[in-house]
Parts: sequence; C-alpha cells; structure tokens
Amino acid sequence: MALTTAPGRTGSTRSARPHAPRRGAGRNRHGEGLAGYVFLSPWLIGLMGVTAIPMLLSLYLSFTNYDILTPLSEVEWVGLANYERMFTADPSYWHAVQVTLTFALVAVPLKLAAALGVALLLNRAWRGVGLFRGLFYLPSLLGGSVALAIVWVNMFNRDGAFNSFLAIFGIEGLPWVNDPEWALETLMLLAIWQFGAPMVIFLAGLKQVPGELYEAASVDGANRFRQFWHVTLPMLSPVIFFNLVLETINGFQGFTAAFVLSNGTGGPVDSTLMYTLQLYIAGFTDLEMGYASAMAWVFLIAIALITTIFFSTGRFWVHYSDGER
Amino acid sequence: MVAVTSTAPRQGARKPGGRQALRLVVLIVIVAVVLYPLLWMLGTSVKSQEEIVNNIGLLPERFTPGNYTQGWNNFDLSFGRFFLNSAMVSLLTVVGNAVSCLLAAYAFARLRFRLRGIWFAVMIGTLLLPGHVLIVPQYILFRSLGLVGGEWPYLPLLIPQYLATEAFFVFLMVQFMRGIPRELDEAAKIDGASPYGIFRHVILPLSRPALVTTAIFSFIWTWNDFFRQLVFLSSLEDYTVPVALTLFIDSTSQSAVGPMFAMSVLSLLPVFLFFLAFQRMLVEGINTSGLKG
Repeated sequence: MALTTAPGRTGSTRSARPHAPRRGAGRNRHGEGLAGYVFLSPWLIGLMGVTAIPMLLSLYLSFTNYDILTPLSEVEWVGLANYERMFTADPSYWHAVQVTLTFALVAVPLKLAAALGVALLLNRAWRGVGLFRGLFYLPSLLGGSVALAIVWVNMFNRDGAFNSFLAIFGIEGLPWVNDPEWALETLMLLAIWQFGAPMVIFLAGLKQVPGELYEAASVDGANRFRQFWHVTLPMLSPVIFFNLVLETINGFQGFTAAFVLSNGTGGPVDSTLMYTLQLYIAGFTDLEMGYASAMAWVFLIAIALITTIFFSTGRFWVHYSDGER
Repeated sequence: MVAVTSTAPRQGARKPGGRQALRLVVLIVIVAVVLYPLLWMLGTSVKSQEEIVNNIGLLPERFTPGNYTQGWNNFDLSFGRFFLNSAMVSLLTVVGNAVSCLLAAYAFARLRFRLRGIWFAVMIGTLLLPGHVLIVPQYILFRSLGLVGGEWPYLPLLIPQYLATEAFFVFLMVQFMRGIPRELDEAAKIDGASPYGIFRHVILPLSRPALVTTAIFSFIWTWNDFFRQLVFLSSLEDYTVPVALTLFIDSTSQSAVGPMFAMSVLSLLPVFLFFLAFQRMLVEGINTSGLKG
C-alpha cells in the first residue's frame, strides 16, 4: 500500500507548492478551480451521501437499539450497551472474531506462499509462461462467486470429489463441510486456490529485480538459497508488503463462501461464522441494526489498527531500492 | 523487463536441461490441481444423479444435458430472467463506473483546485474501507428514501456506482492519466481550450485503455458480487444470478445437484469468455496497476 500512496503524496505536494496558485492567478486559474469541482462533483456527492453520512449514521445507531421496524425518530439511546453486549455477553461474537482471525492468519500466509512459490517457478522465462500465468489467474476471477462456492462445498461433501480422491488410497474421508473441525479449512483451501492474483503481482515484482544482483551474488559464491534469501526476498519486500496488506484486508472480509457453505447461518456449530457473516445475521436476519452498526465500527477500527500495525512494522523489513520509505 | 529477457537465456544456457524439465513437470501438476475443480464442475453438470454419486471420473458415461434445461426451469421463474437482471445491473454499473470515475480522475490528475490534496488523501483512504461497514446504514438510508424493494429495486445497487464510489477505479485512472504527456494539455490550452475542452479532446480519447480495463473489471466484479445483491434484492422476479443460485442450496434435495451445477457453469460463462478474450489485459492490467508510477 505504501506503493499506492506514494503517487498520492507527490500529487498533493505538487498542488501545495507555494508558487503554483500565484502563477495561475487570474480568470483562467479561477476557471480551473471551478472546473475541478465540477468534475469532482459526482465523487463528492458520493463521498457525502454514500460514504460519510452513512458512516456517521452508523456510528450514531451503534449507540441505539434501532431495528428496522421502528421509525428512526423513535429509536432509543442505549449508550454503550451494544458494545458491552458484544464484548461481554455475546459468545457468538467472540466466536466470529476467532473464526475470522484464524481464517486470515492461516489462509493469507499460505496463499502468499503459494503465490510466491509458483511465481518463482514461472519467473525463469521461457515459452508457455503466458499460458501458465493465465491458467493460474483464472481462479482469482471465478473464485469469489456463489457458483464456485457451491462447487467447492460439493467437492468436500461426503460424496464429493475430494473423498473420491482419498478413496483411491483406501482412505475413508469425512463429510468435511459438515464437520465443525474441518468446515473452515475447506474455506481456507478455496482462498488459497485463488493464489493467482498475488502471484501476478509477485511476477511483476520479480521482473524488476536486476539480473546483475544475482550475477554479483553468484560471483561471491552465494548458492541459490542464499541468493533467494539475500537478493530476492529483500528486493521483493515492497511487493510482499503490498500483497500482505491487501490479502489480509480481503481475508477479513470473506463472506460469500461462508454464506453458501452454511446457508447463511455460520454453521456447522458456528465454525464458519466469519465476521461479515455475523454482521449480516445481526443486521438482516435478526434485524438488530443498532447492534450490527456497533459490530461494523469495531470491524472498521480493527482493520484500521491492523493496517497501521502493518505500516509501522513495515519500515523494519520493507526495503525500497531507491531508499524511500 | 529488458534485464530479465537478457539474463534469462544466459541462465538457461548455463543450466542442464533437466532442471527446466523438472520445473515444467511441477508446473503441470500444479495446473492440474488448480484446474481440477473447474473440470469437475463441468463434468458433474452433465452427469445423471446416479453417476454424480457413483462415477468418480471427470467424464460422464452417459452425457446428460437435461440438467441444463431442468436447472433453467427449476424455479417459478426461469433462469433467463435472472441472467437478464444480472446483465442489466452489470452493464449499468459499467457505464456508471466508467463515466463517474473518469470525471473524478481527471480532476485529481490534471486540475488545480482548493483542497485537492486533502480530497485525494480521502479518496485513497476509502480504498481500504470495507463495504460491509457501510451496508447497514446504506440500507437504512435507501429504505427511508423508498428505494429498497421499490418501483425499481436496482437503484440502491446502481446509485453508488454513478457517484465514483469505487475508489479503486478512480485511482487506476489517475495513475493512467499521469502517464499522458502534459505537453498535450498545454498545447490545447494555448489553442484556447478550456478544462472541459481538454477533457473532451485530449484526455477522454487517450484514456481508452484505462476505460476498457475499468469496464471489464467492473463487469466481472458486479457479475460475481453477492453481498450487496443479497441485501438489496428481496423478491424472486428481481433476483440476479448469484442470489438465485442460493435458492438451490435451500432446497438441498440431492436430486438438485446436477441442475445446480449446470446453472453454476452457465453463471461463470460470461466471466470465462471475458477471460479468454482479454486474458493478457486482465492479468497484467489491474494487478500491477498499483505498482506503477
């Protein structure tokens, strides 16, 4: 993400340059300022109406007992009751937190490892690379859909393809998706299966590593493992960072597959109760929208915190070759 | 890029061919594992119920296209209706995103106005904002405006897309426009073009690649989207394909597996066709866009 904000920073400093307004002073400059807001107006309206006001409304509602059935004018202020309930009185909330953290902590590193591994295999360019890259990328395009979630759930059913595969080796499989011990693992596999998107980003990063570095390393007697450890990984660290932030935030938001697997309940025995699914159930099944709003705000703060932690620890292990941090 | 193409052959020449062959074998195994679920889906969609349980092979012994007609007509309304709904929502979303994000991007990339830096930072901030956080209050707002389950229930899905709320596309286009030489703007300015004229005659025509990328991803993401459509669509006749597919799960009688798979295959078909047609662009276009510049 540091990579994406960098251009923003240059953009804003450019506009803040002290001589810029003076140079453009006059009718023309005024016209450009107006035009700027004309072109920006749809975005500004969207920012206010679809993002900012709903966020404030949701903050307010999180301190109320609002359900969709009573009119907004009659909601009751309940103070911190929703937050209290969430943290102290609702075991399924903590369960959702645990499920979501487990999912992200296991699936994201494995997905990135798979992405990096395959990218390294593909990086030694030769013919056919384009075909492989495309085939590996395909799951990332399809994997978030309901259709693929349906297929996945059936694949890990008692009669599914996975058990048929195990049967070849004489192993009797389980109905994985109905087993609270294993249901979440099948969802993790579905996430890992979509390693193509981060892989493509790794490939682009690998192409930026100057070949001379490897030649210098091998002249110095570094074997392949040491080359990987001392050249590839440091040179790739900005891309690893980018993928890690993006995939972690995506990982926290997994909804579709968990919904399909559990038919919207988070089952079996709450084992696939992802945070967003819990939020959906609170808001749209139980219609406790005040409570759901409190959940949404905690979620937002958690994601902001995690992103901050990433960025503050990133400076210790992310190396930018131009010395920029 | 140049460095890679110049070093790769040399490295290859130094190495015994065996290592390259091993690498190829490993890759083919991985491809087989990755593609297996898709092939299995395809195979299952043309198997009879009996074969779905008993035949573990990929190919059916007896080709059963009947799953497709049965799935198509499985509910009170045919899947044709759901496909039309999905297509309409997706195409209108494409138009909204392309237009509104392009306008915002032009302002950010090219025009000087007060508070631009702050607005840009806000836009970048919304890149990471999870949509799930906003769904409850958005639902309440749209409902209080009478738009949820209203005359035309797609408005809550579409309105945000016409207000450049997909910050990702705005950012993508800003990055792209920064690559358009400023001399073109300056030349047009000297010829007396206003900011609107520059947008119309310089930026718009040159932004076509970014518009195409936005359009394709906008389509695929909306086509696959489930969360928002699940929340905002409540009656069968308005359902899109993803929401309709979940109806199969409700009726988990084993006999529906074949038809359910058949409709799943059909639902992925548009995305797959896009993939075939624009493969290179999809793979290179969006994923690396955050890394350039």
